[in-house]
Amino acid sequence: MISFKNVTKKFDSFVAVDNLNVEFNTGETIVLIGPSGCGKTTTLRMINRLIEPTEGSISINGTDIHKTNPVELRRNIGYVIQQIGLFPHMNIAQNIGLVPYLKNVPESKRKQRVEELLEFVDMDPSEFYNRYPNELSGGQQQRIGVARALAADPEIILMDEPFGALDPITRSTLQDELLEIQDRIKKTIIFVTHDMDEALKLADKIAIMKDGKILQFDSPEEILKNPSHGFVEEFIGKDRLLKQPEFIIVKDIMITDPITISPERTLNQALEKMRKEKVDSLMVTDSESKFIGLITANDVLDNFDKSYKVNEVIRANVHQVSEDANVSQVLSIMAQEQVGYVPVTDDKQKLTGLITRSSLVNVLGRS
Amino acid sequence: MSLLNFLKNNPSLIFNLILEHLQLTGTAILSAIVIGVPLGIIITRYKKLADPILAIASIFQTIPSIAFFGLLIPILGIGKRTAILVLFLYALLPIVKNTYTGIKEVSPFMIDAGRGMGMTNMQILRMVELPQSLSVIMAGVRIATVINIGTTTIAAYVGGGGLGELIFRGIQMYRNEMILAGAVPAALLAIFADKILGYVEYRLMPKGLRKKA
Repeated sequence: MISFKNVTKKFDSFVAVDNLNVEFNTGETIVLIGPSGCGKTTTLRMINRLIEPTEGSISINGTDIHKTNPVELRRNIGYVIQQIGLFPHMNIAQNIGLVPYLKNVPESKRKQRVEELLEFVDMDPSEFYNRYPNELSGGQQQRIGVARALAADPEIILMDEPFGALDPITRSTLQDELLEIQDRIKKTIIFVTHDMDEALKLADKIAIMKDGKILQFDSPEEILKNPSHGFVEEFIGKDRLLKQPEFIIVKDIMITDPITISPERTLNQALEKMRKEKVDSLMVTDSESKFIGLITANDVLDNFDKSYKVNEVIRANVHQVSEDANVSQVLSIMAQEQVGYVPVTDDKQKLTGLITRSSLVNVLGRS
Repeated sequence: MSLLNFLKNNPSLIFNLILEHLQLTGTAILSAIVIGVPLGIIITRYKKLADPILAIASIFQTIPSIAFFGLLIPILGIGKRTAILVLFLYALLPIVKNTYTGIKEVSPFMIDAGRGMGMTNMQILRMVELPQSLSVIMAGVRIATVINIGTTTIAAYVGGGGLGELIFRGIQMYRNEMILAGAVPAALLAIFADKILGYVEYRLMPKGLRKKA
């Protein structure tokens, strides 16, 4: 847990962060968002002591970070900045292995770790190990940036507008990948952005900041539903709020052709299908398209055995909604059950659609 | 041709003068690198020192070289010592200035990334700033070397030796082939030195920063 106690940062007379008191829970993705000059980047940079607070204290798991050696502290916190953060004079392996190198990890172990991480971010080690950043696309570079931040297996990762310089499509792909990675590693991620869609998509909790203060610190669902403050409302965007979730019917926004699979297929086939359709979960239906349950990429990977069938790892007790339910109900199911997908079924238990967290964001965020 | 005849008749003289010439330039440039690069780095850290130090280095550059040699004779006498000191002072400006500029132009994002990942100041210098400013620093060394090989010919005026001796003697004796026997090898030396340093620069340059051939 990272906790800020009465933290103030002044640059000369400008108050960048104003008496901040907040706690970030371990394992959550926290997104700091607000207009320029709101103090979000300053808040982030105080966590690894790139900026020292003028007053107050910050502690990580109870230890006051001002009593630690800043160089050691930073080596134990992952750090990702905009895509220019890779060192152009170092190859990919050197870039990813940098923090382990600084920590004097022996070379053989470093090599192993680099290869592991390249595979982790879906880049073939034999192809990329010896390449240089300028030979990679922006999206690939930032994947390396994320891998580099994970290299020393830190508990906390700071990300300062990591996807800001990317085109919208690459950006969205990398956001999906980050969500996927976070599902697997469960780190504490502090993420700064000025893009509300990005915040809604990635965050477990969003801190909306203005003039050095946090105006609201809540889950994305709660912020959309109950903005605490006029500014928050304005910042989220009228368009998003006009569509009061209570008045939006599931039928109007659901994905009408979710990717399905039969319970008799093997896990290998399920994985192939996910890969081909670029989804991380499949709806399991029988031959009459009756909904039986769902299966996620994690379920498959955790139980991976080629001979297993889908019905052996299926999640059967999944909350479902009907087509005429409203989005507010869906939001509370998602919040309570901690799930990202809610299947839509009719009264005969037939699957008619699917609501995902990102489809909700798209709809609530569309102008 | 009389130049060819002159070269043919005096091969060991020419060879020794070339060696002497290289020794003068080489000593001056090496000392200028050893002093100038750290000095250039220091003034990026202590910004207040930057302007005065660069101004002093520029002043040396503005004194006409022949006058500079002459002015130092009463203090240091004639000989190699005086020659090398002047050549060193001439080489200083391009090296200090390019080191300073090269390091200052490293993107602050790069330095931030290094510091954020837990590099110490020395590691930032060694692993980020120097590799990324290498081509600018090397450009300074190359300019200093090429100019210095030319200026070294004037060192003969204070008894420093080198190819300048042939030039001065040739002028006094109205013998063009002797002037050319000093000037042509000096020009060739400058060209070769630039090529060799270009190759050194290419080898030192990290692969990711090399320009595609």
